[in-house]
Amino acid sequence: MNTLTINNLRELEAEAIHIIREVASSFEKPVMLYSIGKDSSVMVRLAEKAFYPGKVPFPLMHIDSQWKFKEMVTFRDHYAKANGWDLIVEYNREGVKSGIGPFTHGSKVHTDVMKTQALLQALDQHRFDAAFGGARRDEEKSRAKERIFSFRDRFHQWDPKNQRPELWDIFNARVHKGESIRVFPISNWTELDIWQYIRLEKIPIVPLYFAKERPIVEIDGNLIMVDDERMPPEMAKKAQMRMVRFRTLGCYPLTGAIDSNATTIEEIVEEMMTVTKSERTTRVIDFDQDGSMEQKKREGYF
Amino acid sequence: MTTQTDIQTFLDQDQKKDLLRLLTAGSVDDGKSTLIGRLLFDSKKLYEDQLSALERDSKKMGHAGENIDYALLLDGLKAEREQGITIDVAYRYFSTNKRKFIIADTPGHEQYTRNMVTGASTANLAIILIDARKGVITQTRRHTFLVSLLGIQHIVLAVNKMDLVDYSETIFNQICDDYKNFVTRLSIPDIYCIPLSALNGDNVVDDSKFMPWYHGQNLLQYLEEVHVGSDRNFEDFRLPIQNVLRPTLDFRGFSGKVASGIVRKGETVMVMPSRKTSVITSIYGSDGETDYAFPPQAVTLTLADEIDISRGDMLVHPENLPRNERQFEAMLVWMDETKMDPYAQFFIKQTTNTTRARIDHLRYRVDVNTLDHSACEALSLNEIARVAITTNKPLFFDPYHRNHSTGAFILIDPITHNTCAAGMIIDKLNASDLQSRITDPEIKRLIDGGKSLINLSEMEKRYHQKGVTLWITGLHGSGKNMLAYHLERQLFDSGATVVLLDGSTIRSGLTRELDDSPADRAEQMRRVAHISRILNDQGIIVICSFIASEEHLRQQLKEIIGNERFHLIFMDADLDYCRANKPELYEKAEQGLLQYLPGVDEVYEKPENAQLCFKPMAMTENIALTMNYLQQHKIFPLD
Repeated sequence: MNTLTINNLRELEAEAIHIIREVASSFEKPVMLYSIGKDSSVMVRLAEKAFYPGKVPFPLMHIDSQWKFKEMVTFRDHYAKANGWDLIVEYNREGVKSGIGPFTHGSKVHTDVMKTQALLQALDQHRFDAAFGGARRDEEKSRAKERIFSFRDRFHQWDPKNQRPELWDIFNARVHKGESIRVFPISNWTELDIWQYIRLEKIPIVPLYFAKERPIVEIDGNLIMVDDERMPPEMAKKAQMRMVRFRTLGCYPLTGAIDSNATTIEEIVEEMMTVTKSERTTRVIDFDQDGSMEQKKREGYF
Repeated sequence: MTTQTDIQTFLDQDQKKDLLRLLTAGSVDDGKSTLIGRLLFDSKKLYEDQLSALERDSKKMGHAGENIDYALLLDGLKAEREQGITIDVAYRYFSTNKRKFIIADTPGHEQYTRNMVTGASTANLAIILIDARKGVITQTRRHTFLVSLLGIQHIVLAVNKMDLVDYSETIFNQICDDYKNFVTRLSIPDIYCIPLSALNGDNVVDDSKFMPWYHGQNLLQYLEEVHVGSDRNFEDFRLPIQNVLRPTLDFRGFSGKVASGIVRKGETVMVMPSRKTSVITSIYGSDGETDYAFPPQAVTLTLADEIDISRGDMLVHPENLPRNERQFEAMLVWMDETKMDPYAQFFIKQTTNTTRARIDHLRYRVDVNTLDHSACEALSLNEIARVAITTNKPLFFDPYHRNHSTGAFILIDPITHNTCAAGMIIDKLNASDLQSRITDPEIKRLIDGGKSLINLSEMEKRYHQKGVTLWITGLHGSGKNMLAYHLERQLFDSGATVVLLDGSTIRSGLTRELDDSPADRAEQMRRVAHISRILNDQGIIVICSFIASEEHLRQQLKEIIGNERFHLIFMDADLDYCRANKPELYEKAEQGLLQYLPGVDEVYEKPENAQLCFKPMAMTENIALTMNYLQQHKIFPLD
């Protein structure tokens, strides 16, 4: 007897594949933004599945803030090569010239110049009309209302008051020249779904997600890893080896680790089920100001 | 390691859970956000830091006094938090040991019908909140109507704030009765009523100790156990094609999400619209090759034969076809801030098909509060109407109530590209309804638009005549053409500029794809009327010799051509005369060899307002009378 039920993970997977295919056939020049994190890794796998046995008809693009963990960059290059992806890496050249960095300019300036501005420049330069992102609605309050197809004006701005209604699985893919759409195929996934899927599909992820002894400095209550010599020596010298892992990955000076002994996905999930902090609390940028994620999203950050 | 095995088991079980998508409808006053907050909180989903942020926020701007304001968990956007209302659809996620849930949280205010419809479009179940002190109010009816419009099969009527009515069984029963009474007017198969107090947690996740008289399930139990699997349509196989994959020369795959029905390897399938058939050679699912697929799986199929298939086509079983039509009736919800322009040509997107569409007719508007119908010219934000729509390309669809995936569509504004309406197809048009599209407002605009540089009086001077249409109606064999041809000769000889249109003139090309069915005949008449209108605009007299057997059709022709210009001549011949004139035609029809013959198997409505009414025998006299009529009405000659 054939079974006609589908479990939650396969349903979410089918929904995401449908979305990815809609974008591929409705837009002239889509791109998949790749942050190297676990959510991105899942999204990339979904894209591979959507066009299997064919090749994915759009490239991956990584906005390199120049402050990513070294392990992330190594992982990125290796993954793209091994899986035949067309990988574009872009960064803000002006920002690099001016020496913008989180230690010297603070998280707000750094994120704006090296992430938001860099992304907008790259989207303009390549004339991408649709960009996939791995954001999920359960990550943060303002994201709970984000559409799956999120319309951006020619200045890449998001207007939460003026979002297109989104019904059934019929997506409005019409944009004028210069306007674009951000697409979030894994909107409806939770953090646990992501881990489940990584486990089910054996998706490779950056080793930073697993616990290991790492050189850690405590800054304003955040556990920051010393990843290179750019950390001011007076900070770096306080580093101590600590058994930690990362719940999310970003720029190393802005991403706090958590104390952990979890070295397998199962242990991570177990830890997550009992953990008392939701995942974005380890991101320094969310705490700049009240409603700060919403502010960044309006300006064009993902 | 025991924990390791435990977590393995946990993950394996978690993976097998199904997903329930639900909608909550009700206003802030009904305690909706509190209820959702309670569900999330009590199902242990809330993390500690979300809670501590909440305690901080509650003190700053909470509306719940000293208690935790659960609503603050849900109201995402900053401005809305300050206003104390949710104004968009917010999605929330939680899971229990039995199921995973996605909640679409939508506001209850009247002006936000749009959001509720959006949330309802993906939901299997709706929780409708009622304040026990208020009972079934207008808002309840509105929410229930929208839920039924969107075809949700399961409703939980959550009668909240039972603590404020002393947990009274009588009040609860009264509310349930009122509600069920109202709901019989709508088609919702499954309704479950639960008395609860969201604030105190009674019957939300734990059974209430204050309502021992209630023996039903509490809310969470019900949500965990309600069976929604059979809501999916497993009967009518429909696969709207999204992409065609051609990775190598010998692989051609057709991708799409199974909208409904089951498809198996080895089965014969048909492609809409080409109607070509082939056999499925392989199905690629999420886990590699598989033997069968069903909704909502996303698959790629390969076929035995090389047939041309592209995005927007649909694979179906040859013995179970969808409708394939350009015209249909639908319920439409207007979602744009800008009022509907009934003349506009919209983009329509249905499954993976996109084409252009016009709204031919607004049948009636539905008042969401009273469900009353009223006439309307155009829709504003949040208004709902039954409409007739014509698309440029045929769509492959099923009625929405039977198949949500193939019966739903959106309209996109051609200029702003906003999603301006959501639609649910009722069915194709009845042939008898088709004629109404002649009154398409488009025509009025066409007529009011395009102005020639030569004005009408210049033309009249040149031709010594007014451009009018003489429309000769009457049964087959009543002598219409006889009059028409002689009249043309007479007018020409007298110096008039005249064009004659009859069945043979137009069938040779202009309407060659149309047949004699009532719908197609109406379309023929529409085209003739437009040509007449154009010729009249150039100052030319047109003689039309066509039956146009129904009064409302003639009315519509008159509207297209223009009241002043339309002159009706009725050949008043009885059926015996006509039969004697065209014996073969009538014999065939009477033997059933020929369909749709007015006077035999179709009604011919005699016109009561014809300008001229003739008996067919007196041809010379009829022509003289017509010429006289034209002179008297200063049509020809013009002074």
